[in-house]
Amino acid sequence: MDLQIPYNTEPRPDTGLYNAKLGIWLFLASEVMLFGALFSSYVLLRTGAPSWPLGREEGLSVPLATLNTMVLIASSVTMVLAWASLKMNDFAKYRRYMGLTFLAGVGFLCIKAYEYYTKFEHHHFPSTNTFFAVYFTLTGLHGLHVIGGMVVNGYFWGPGAKMWKTDPERFTNRIEVAGLYWHFVDLVWIFLFPTLYLL
Amino acid sequence: MALVDEHAHPKHGHGEHHEPGFIGKYIFSQDHKWIGIQYGFTSLVFLLFGFTLMMMMRWALAYPGKPLPLLGMMLFKDMGGVMPPEFYNQLGAMHGTIMVFLGIVPLAVGAFGNYLVPLMIGAPDMAFPKLNMSSYWLYFCGGVAMLSSFFMPGGAAQSGWTSYPPLSDIAPSGQTMWLVGMLFLIFSSLLGSANFIVTIVQLRAPGLTWMRLPFFVWAQFVTSFLLLLAFPALQAAGMLQLMDRVAHTSFFLPSGLVISGQPLAVSGGGSPLLWQHLFWFLAHPEVYVLILPAFGIIGEVIANNTRKPLWGYKSMVYAITFLGFMSFVVWAHHMFMTGMGTVMSTFFQTTTMIISIPSVIVLTAMLISLWGGSIRFNTPMLFALAFLPMFAIGGLTGLPLGLAPTDIHLHDTYYVIGHFHYVVAPGTIFAMFAGIYFWFPKLTGRKMSEALGKLHFWPSLIAINCVFMPMFIQGLAGVSRRLYDGGASYSHAQGVLKWNVFMSMGAWTLAVAQIPFIFNLFWSIWKGQKVNSNPWEATTLEWVATTSPPLAHGNFETIPEVHRGPYDYSLPGASRDFVPQHQLQEA
Amino acid sequence: MSAHNDAESIRKEVKAYITVFFSLAVLTVLTVAVSYFHMPVTMAILVALAIAAFKGTLVASVFMHLRAERKLIYWILLLTVVFFFVLMAIPTISQWDQRMLR
Repeated sequence: MDLQIPYNTEPRPDTGLYNAKLGIWLFLASEVMLFGALFSSYVLLRTGAPSWPLGREEGLSVPLATLNTMVLIASSVTMVLAWASLKMNDFAKYRRYMGLTFLAGVGFLCIKAYEYYTKFEHHHFPSTNTFFAVYFTLTGLHGLHVIGGMVVNGYFWGPGAKMWKTDPERFTNRIEVAGLYWHFVDLVWIFLFPTLYLL
Repeated sequence: MALVDEHAHPKHGHGEHHEPGFIGKYIFSQDHKWIGIQYGFTSLVFLLFGFTLMMMMRWALAYPGKPLPLLGMMLFKDMGGVMPPEFYNQLGAMHGTIMVFLGIVPLAVGAFGNYLVPLMIGAPDMAFPKLNMSSYWLYFCGGVAMLSSFFMPGGAAQSGWTSYPPLSDIAPSGQTMWLVGMLFLIFSSLLGSANFIVTIVQLRAPGLTWMRLPFFVWAQFVTSFLLLLAFPALQAAGMLQLMDRVAHTSFFLPSGLVISGQPLAVSGGGSPLLWQHLFWFLAHPEVYVLILPAFGIIGEVIANNTRKPLWGYKSMVYAITFLGFMSFVVWAHHMFMTGMGTVMSTFFQTTTMIISIPSVIVLTAMLISLWGGSIRFNTPMLFALAFLPMFAIGGLTGLPLGLAPTDIHLHDTYYVIGHFHYVVAPGTIFAMFAGIYFWFPKLTGRKMSEALGKLHFWPSLIAINCVFMPMFIQGLAGVSRRLYDGGASYSHAQGVLKWNVFMSMGAWTLAVAQIPFIFNLFWSIWKGQKVNSNPWEATTLEWVATTSPPLAHGNFETIPEVHRGPYDYSLPGASRDFVPQHQLQEA
Repeated sequence: MSAHNDAESIRKEVKAYITVFFSLAVLTVLTVAVSYFHMPVTMAILVALAIAAFKGTLVASVFMHLRAERKLIYWILLLTVVFFFVLMAIPTISQWDQRMLR
């Protein structure tokens, strides 16, 4: 569809924004409400419970989760560096950083998968108790968001990168927007990690 | 097909223009106008289906224990054609869900909003056409999932449109499909609302400042924020209930729950109230989503058919913005009977009373707008005029529900059903009819028949009041809602049972009254009176800056430039009684 | 977005990104370390959330460019934060309400 939608790439003067940037922030606002509702549910269930185990008491691995936190933070840096590379006209560098971001995502998911596996091995399932119900649901939904981000990042690393040749400014904006989403996923984990594993 | 002007293209070239094939044009269209029509058609079908479900319910209410005509022997052979209570509950839950989520919101926002907003703001399309297309198909898939629940073992969702646990957690598998459908619908809505907000903020034509926006656009703007920020709570709750049902978690199941003498084999530790909080956190803003687009439509129809600017436009804009904000802090007035303490109850009663003020401001402004106007009593205006007292009744009857002492008596009775139906049925749905009659010429270049319009309007107005007014009587007598026999087995209901037959007759008459409308709608597409591009002599951009139907590609020959407010009707010194928004000086 | 238009200012930004990365790493270690101290539950929650909030602010303001972003975005986020707190208030008032009733 080649309808010319205004302000797709160049920002609108009075708002200073291009369309997708406003769009992604609105989407992130709804995501704040989504994870907020889940956090709220967690707090309600936990404060209403007669007792609630500490993360590490129930077999959650703090070292693994700390490693995972580092992995995700690193992927956030590589993501923003990917965008910065495009801003500096260095496509090769962009490719490298975006590739690293994708790999970091893979790493995160592998560690997560291993964590889930150890839980299942010990017969800890979402149905075991509300602690595990909360743990699996929150990390599971977060994990789905990671996968979604990786699909987008993978596309922009691969077939989507064609746009750099035809419309570099628009492509750079797309990476910025994808980056905003990815940083948000990191942000959610920054709160999930202490509340599930450490408190 | 006169709905899309395929042959009208802007005269100037615009580079390569790949003509999409049939699938790209009609199935996976990215044109907001066609997507609006897709939403419109689909939602009207769902509304009709939801209406049919209700007509079956009204049989059981009027004649409990009597076999359902025609369908009875097909569906309930073993019961001799009599509707079992479980089926009545399915009808109840699905009627509510379908009307609200598959009918009204997609019609009000997906159809009217999608079609009109870009045109009214002078934009070539929505900001994200591909996203728009996905929103429609997600809605469609959600609808299919919802309806498929009827075919699940145990039947469709049957725990009310509110799906309260623990009942909904242990209900048959139709409830799972309800939840899956809901997840699709909510996702569709989230993408759509982001699209609307970006479109309205970024794509307004030059000169179209915020206070020059048609009131309809403001209404859609506030509505989109409500959808964006409130729906995620139900998305979360839906996911948690799905986990409860599929993964056997206990988010909403308390410890020690015993069902039919058997303790439930779950971990327990959950909270049924958690569901109610999350559900109503969405569902209260949702009811404003139901009414705001209606306000928008009525505003446009009134301004046009009084030949005067809307009185108090600015107040109305501030009122609906305030309303949108307040709608997030009133939800627990649906939960007064859950055992809450006085402080929480006082808080929510206070916010609920405060939120009634902006609605009064809007209604009053619309009433005053009529004063001194040259009123044209065409079909859209008749529906718009009827909307005002009908919405007033709905709003006023909300007051005793919003105050806890009276709510103690009225909660979960027919009074509630009467209240919300007045706002939604002779309220919002009448506004939808007004909008369809009003903008039909924009979509098709033809007018709907006025005679058939009046034949639709008058019986509908009378019948709809016959259906819903007696509900207040029954509710005050204490008749509970969701009773499959309409209260027949309760002694306190005996005195008001006679209204059941009356209301059912009203409902069936209402059904018959829609026939002229359905016929009119389709007949007029091909045989309606041909009109010019602005038959109502309106001022707003969708009427004055493009053809009827609008240009297929990009809506406008050139993007208009706006020089005045949206309602320059009867401007002193002007040569005509309306001045288009993009006209620099009056001729 | 004028801060991001020439190579020099991008290089400065890159420096900021690296700095934030190391800060986040250190703060993560700090979060874990603090969790091993014995402190009353409320303290523990407040400290953990405070560190998380600080980390989040770094990510949002630097990686997500919020510190150079437009007013409109701030207003949308402010609105969201207000409603987020309303959502989070649900369990609090619900609990408090229950306790008052007893």
